[in-house]
Amino acid sequence: MGYVLDFGWLKDAVFLIANGATMTLFLIAVSAVAGIVLSILGAAARRSRHAVLRQLIGGYVELVRNTPFLVQLFFIFFGLPSLGIRLDPVVAAILAMTLNMTAYTTEIVGAGLDAVHKGQREAALALGLKPRQVFVKIVLPQALKVIYPALTSQIVIMMLESAVVSQIAVRELTYEADMLQARTFRAFETYFVITLVYLGMSIGLRRLLVAGGNRFLPGGVR
Amino acid sequence: MIEFTLWDIIRNLLLAARWTILLSAVAFAGGIVVGLLILFLRISKRRWVKRFAEYYIGLFQGTPLLMQLFLLFFGLPLLGLRIEPWTAAVLGLTLCASAFLAEIWRGGVEAVPVGQWDAGSSLGLHYISQMRLIILPQAFTMTRAPTVGFLVQLIKSTALTSIIGFEELVRTSNAINNATFEPFKVYGFVALIYFALCFPLTRYAKMLELRALKH
Repeated sequence: MGYVLDFGWLKDAVFLIANGATMTLFLIAVSAVAGIVLSILGAAARRSRHAVLRQLIGGYVELVRNTPFLVQLFFIFFGLPSLGIRLDPVVAAILAMTLNMTAYTTEIVGAGLDAVHKGQREAALALGLKPRQVFVKIVLPQALKVIYPALTSQIVIMMLESAVVSQIAVRELTYEADMLQARTFRAFETYFVITLVYLGMSIGLRRLLVAGGNRFLPGGVR
Repeated sequence: MIEFTLWDIIRNLLLAARWTILLSAVAFAGGIVVGLLILFLRISKRRWVKRFAEYYIGLFQGTPLLMQLFLLFFGLPLLGLRIEPWTAAVLGLTLCASAFLAEIWRGGVEAVPVGQWDAGSSLGLHYISQMRLIILPQAFTMTRAPTVGFLVQLIKSTALTSIIGFEELVRTSNAINNATFEPFKVYGFVALIYFALCFPLTRYAKMLELRALKH
């Protein structure tokens, strides 16, 4: 066996790797927040009285959940310019991640809304709260508490999936890995290190979200 | 310059979709075999065996599939194995599928009441027979919906093998797009083909889920 693993390039690459990791975290932070806000609206609209709205959102969710993220990304980045919508890679990545995230979390949030007992809504209405107050102050907090673990998993999955946005030249972790291995010719070692960074980030992000949940959700995360 | 008609685009995409289907089928079959092995390790009573399976599952669920594919694609040649994109794609997706399937089925095994194990051993069955005749059939029945759901995820994941150079649907669509400069149309059709593959399975999984709820 003539091959010797070489990690000598690593000390010059730490800065690039840290930069890439920061970009990955930035992407997931923005798209997670935007995705969850949109999916709360989506899940509420899917339970509204307007049949057209319900079907539109249902169709959107099915379309996104049954096509690969990579294809969605290419469609947004390469396809939309032919409609005159030209997007910066980072914007396209955030848009694709948010739209993808929203479809999955709409289902999750919806399940949470359904899990809140009907009596809660009735009690709140009986106390004279307006329907919007009932939703924001009574139903939504309870729903979020139920679905918090599922949301956490979905955010971590999305972060791992964001590795694909390197394909449209967003300078995140995988993109930096591609550049590094092209420069050092140490492809295996490079991807090995980057894989460990991803592993650390997914464990760290999960811990952070669980800790955040324990801190801010009444009664903590189950 | 070759002129691409709409029919040429669709025909070539459909031909490429065969490779997506084949890769999904092979990886799913491989994932079932390896996943069973991991399942046995995961529910083992020996702590270090169980620990190994936990790390295995955690590793595949905690890193991007793209990185797993890159590691196989660039790593196996270092061991002296000649490797084609197809081999790396099948191997990567199989290993990844095994981790996810083992974790899904573990939930099923743990949901089988303890009395079933007791009944099995009181009939004089040894461990393997208990698993094969009593526990696994029930565990598989309970987890049929998430298993089909994972198949959908696997089909979508095959898109990533285009990045290591496997000539499936997405890679072919990139080539067609480079020739026709009609990304909106090309990627739109690609999305529709994936949708046509995945949506029936999603519906089937939903139906299984509702049926399981009724029991």
